[in-house]
Amino acid sequence: MTMNEQLTEIWVFGDYRNYFQNRVTLQLLSRGVELAQKTGATVCAVVFGHEVDEWVGEYIAHGADRVLVIDHPELKQYKMETYVNLMVQLIEDLNPDIILIGATNFGREFAPRIAKRMQTGLSADCVGLDINEDGIMVQTAPSFGGNVLAEIITPECRPQMATIRPGTFQEIPHNYERTGEVVKLELPDNLPEERVKLVQSERSTQRFQRIEEAKVVVCGGRGMGSKKKFRKLAELAALMNAEIGATRPVIYANWIESEALIGQAGKNIKPKVLFSFGISGAIQHTAAIKNAEFIIAVNKNPKAPMMAMADIAIVADANQVCTAMIKELKRRIR
Amino acid sequence: MVSELPWDPKTGTLKRALVDGMINPACRHALEAALILKNEHPTEITVITMGPPIAEEVLREALAMGADRGILISDSKIAGADTLATSKILADAIKTACPDFDLVLCGCHTSDSETAQVGPQITEELNVPGIAYVDQLELNNRSLRIQRLSDGFTETLDMPLPGLITVTTQQNAPRYISLSGLEDAFSEADITCLDLNDIGLNSGLTGSDRSPTRILRVYSPVTEKDNTVMRGSAGKIVQQLFDQFDDKIGGAIGKDIKEHQS
Ligand SMILES: Cc1cc2nc3c(=O)[nH]c(=O)nc-3n(C[C@H](O)[C@H](O)[C@H](O)COP(=O)(O)OP(=O)(O)OC[C@H]3O[C@@H](n4cnc5c(N)ncnc54)[C@H](O)[C@@H]3O)c2cc1C
Repeated sequence: MTMNEQLTEIWVFGDYRNYFQNRVTLQLLSRGVELAQKTGATVCAVVFGHEVDEWVGEYIAHGADRVLVIDHPELKQYKMETYVNLMVQLIEDLNPDIILIGATNFGREFAPRIAKRMQTGLSADCVGLDINEDGIMVQTAPSFGGNVLAEIITPECRPQMATIRPGTFQEIPHNYERTGEVVKLELPDNLPEERVKLVQSERSTQRFQRIEEAKVVVCGGRGMGSKKKFRKLAELAALMNAEIGATRPVIYANWIESEALIGQAGKNIKPKVLFSFGISGAIQHTAAIKNAEFIIAVNKNPKAPMMAMADIAIVADANQVCTAMIKELKRRIR
Repeated sequence: MVSELPWDPKTGTLKRALVDGMINPACRHALEAALILKNEHPTEITVITMGPPIAEEVLREALAMGADRGILISDSKIAGADTLATSKILADAIKTACPDFDLVLCGCHTSDSETAQVGPQITEELNVPGIAYVDQLELNNRSLRIQRLSDGFTETLDMPLPGLITVTTQQNAPRYISLSGLEDAFSEADITCLDLNDIGLNSGLTGSDRSPTRILRVYSPVTEKDNTVMRGSAGKIVQQLFDQFDDKIGGAIGKDIKEHQS
């Protein structure tokens, strides 16, 4: 195979805030390692912050060949303009081919600003990344509104950039024997002052990552019919120690709070068992349930895409099945 | 106020079915935030959108909500613009139409793509301070204090003006537009239509020329599992399901759901 383009460096932004709940950086390192194997590139994590040695070690243990670090008290808290300035300077100095950034709130603001400065392309919320025979990264993402996936490339401009939601790829288990090169860089002294001032930052009481880690998820869609009927799913979920998820129409109709959204705009899940009630299976939803091990779908329409994805496809009324399950579980669980 | 519209680049039409009004939901919240600010700090609100001529309807709706004037950037060269090109066009429109702006408010994303890239990219193009995903805002002496929820943190930030924010749909619930307001907006609306020439982009930038991304192909993924189909009465199906998969389901929920002989 001949490569038109020789890939040399794949960078992953080290987004270590919420390290223990948010593994997106590790997941991107893992995918970066797979892409690098095809091309002989190195995988490099980029870390800005203060007292970040712990994360640097973790990134090497999870697959980084190299870590670029700027460690300075000024960087103790995430700062958008400063981080953008630092990243842009590094890119200009070192010319990476690819930059992968986790689609956290920070990453979703950070990535487009860097892409703009570099005048390069950026695809959001990729569900797949690959390298084609020309050595160019193919970014697969749900396409504008439609129920389709699009393969996107950035043929000429560099770096090629993508954001990826947490949970899209699987991290490589850590290996603390692994070694990597740590490159410590100075904080440049010509940095413009941050114009936006952080006044206060408090960890919110918002529940974090419960549904992402749940073994059992009960997901409901528009086919549940009404808020009252949707609420029945809560009773079913309680019986099974399950978390409740929902589709976008359900969130829009206010049947449940937006935290429950499963999909491109919401959360990725990987339960052992997923119950899906009255959901058609639009791509923006199913992209986030790929890693469910066993799917039981209930839909009146046997041809709904959700049914084709399921291990068990129940052709029936979602409310009736929900009610029957509650009754049957109460009888069986003693 | 800048709106990235839900219009279909292929047919050049707006996807009306997406939202009940014409304005993208997050942009509507951004406009409401601007109207609330205007209540306390007299100012002029200009609404800018880009798209085909029919996008004028969005501006009329915005005027009916209380905006003072509308500007439509419409040009055949715009079709197919990606976020980089879009942000360049909108930023240049702002520089042309509102050179002395105090604050640009954008919706945090459109409901049909949710890339959320255009706002932050306009920030860069204008070279002003910017904050994305703003829930609440308050203006004190040319400094904007904002609150947002970011990756599990509630953040309070101060930003000097001029600047740019993108607004979420969490707060600033949009006001109701009365029918008469809508009619007025249709009869005496202050709407200007500009093309790329008017905003100084006479050469160089044309939509897809300046869009660094290319779409290779678009496809519908097919996942056909070799699955079990169950039909019949709900009660029977559920019995069968729990009998056949008692280990799998029982194991996952951590409870014994085997049928016990009594
Ligand atoms: C940019 C973008 C991002 C998006 N992000 C997300 C996201 O993160 N998550 C998400 O979920 N969606 C998202 N969407 C929306 C997505 O495209 C679909 O519109 C949505 O997932 C559909 O939800 P649904 O399956 O509940 O509803 P519908 O598509 O309306 O399906 C309802 C289903 O219920 C079935 N049904 C009806 N009545 C019954 C009954 N009595 N018993 C059994 N079955 C019944 C029907 O046959 C149908 O299959 C996004 C869209 C866009 C454009």
